[in-house]
Amino acid sequence: MHMLEFQNVVFQYDSEDFNIIDGLSFGLDRGEFVSVIGPSGCGKSTIFRLVNQLLPRKSGDILVDGERIDGRRGYCGYMPQRDLLFPWRTVAGNLCLPMEIRGGLSRAEMAQRAEETLASVGLAGWGDKRPDELSGGMRQRAAFARTLLTGSELLLLDEPFSALDFLTRINLQEWLLAQWEREHKTVLFITHDVEEAIFLSGRVLVVEETPIRRLVSFDVPASYPRTRECLTHPDMLALREKLIGLLRREVSA
Amino acid sequence: MRKNANLPALIFVFILLVLWQAGAMGMDAAYILPSPTQILARLWELRGPLFTAHLPATLLCTGIGLAISVVLGLLLAVLMDASPAAEKMLYPLIVASQTIPTTALAPLFVLWFGYTIWSKVLVTVLITFFPIAITVFDGFRSAKTDMVDMLKTFGAGRKEIFCKLKLPAALPYFFSAIKMAIPMSIIGAAIGEWLGAQAGLGYFSRRMMTQLDGAGVFAPIVLLSAVAMLAVAIVSWIEKKVVTWRGSL
Repeated sequence: MHMLEFQNVVFQYDSEDFNIIDGLSFGLDRGEFVSVIGPSGCGKSTIFRLVNQLLPRKSGDILVDGERIDGRRGYCGYMPQRDLLFPWRTVAGNLCLPMEIRGGLSRAEMAQRAEETLASVGLAGWGDKRPDELSGGMRQRAAFARTLLTGSELLLLDEPFSALDFLTRINLQEWLLAQWEREHKTVLFITHDVEEAIFLSGRVLVVEETPIRRLVSFDVPASYPRTRECLTHPDMLALREKLIGLLRREVSA
Repeated sequence: MRKNANLPALIFVFILLVLWQAGAMGMDAAYILPSPTQILARLWELRGPLFTAHLPATLLCTGIGLAISVVLGLLLAVLMDASPAAEKMLYPLIVASQTIPTTALAPLFVLWFGYTIWSKVLVTVLITFFPIAITVFDGFRSAKTDMVDMLKTFGAGRKEIFCKLKLPAALPYFFSAIKMAIPMSIIGAAIGEWLGAQAGLGYFSRRMMTQLDGAGVFAPIVLLSAVAMLAVAIVSWIEKKVVTWRGSL
């Protein structure tokens, strides 16, 4: 059974006269780390917004853990591009947000979980700070911790590192892999950075055309755990060139 | 650092006061142009009636008017935020109403409510209620769409989005609105009293005018300004304690 499955999903924006997602089907297995790449504006974020029901699909079905998503909540954790930490809450207070909304936990329990999760993302002791006291990379880690605390098995990460400087970005990529290997979550990761996609994922899904009718899947020829050296392996370089070629063809078309 | 930043302005004010003093002394017609020192002296002479009778009357009127304005303004802002229909119906009206010279309507209220406190309160409310509603409503709208979306993915409903995001996001706007409304409410009260009252600083100022007491006209005005500045300073102080994140949203 797939962790996430699209079955003939169709979606159209009110402002457009065509279906930007047109009969799309694909699936993610439990525990996979899969990236979706494609040029800006190709509709990859639309796929995310369909999964977390911020957009209503026209037809077709989306299944998470074998069940239709309609009417369900809390089945996926969404991490947006910007950290969106609320400046009026402490870091720990921000982490408590998804738990407060889901309900069922006492204040003390929430505080304890927030503290544990902060420690697990390397921010032990930072809970009482205000978000603007954190660096960009730390804010992004706090946002990831907040996503983990939704308690969902399926994580949707929407270009979470794109606004960071290069060194912070590659550090966080390695950090994210370590988190994933420990937490055993299923991750769907959007990026426009081919190298980032190859380094992180077991599979890369490429948006070849808009409207999106299919996603072309490429297996990444490397095993986990990984280090950045694996990017210099000839198979990896070949895949990288192939993907870049695909994207360039699309942009020039 | 901040004191230094204000220094040029303070020096300029001091120069203006000196010029005023010199001009008033040269003119020597206190019933038209009293000098700053004459005004301060008169303020001291009149301290009894000013501080025990007229200042409390004006403050009461300002306080009631401001309280009503805050409650009404907040209610309206919440209503417009909750219902797009209400927004479409009310927002243009509120914006258009800003162009009505409310103070020109004040004589009507005196006609309707007489010399009671309510004619003054009504002027105050009409002047301050609209800016509060608009500013706080803009505060609700300042909550970013992607933050709203993120809360939705957590499973938040409208009530949670309002309490956890919109309310705190609007707090800095609320303080701005209050700071703007304080001087306006004092102006409203003074105008109301000027037109018809039995007590209050506006009433007192007008009575001094009929007696051709120039310094007596100015003294309550100085007092009004001082009260407004003090009230805004207090609100700013509270704001600093409460809103520690201004500008970082």
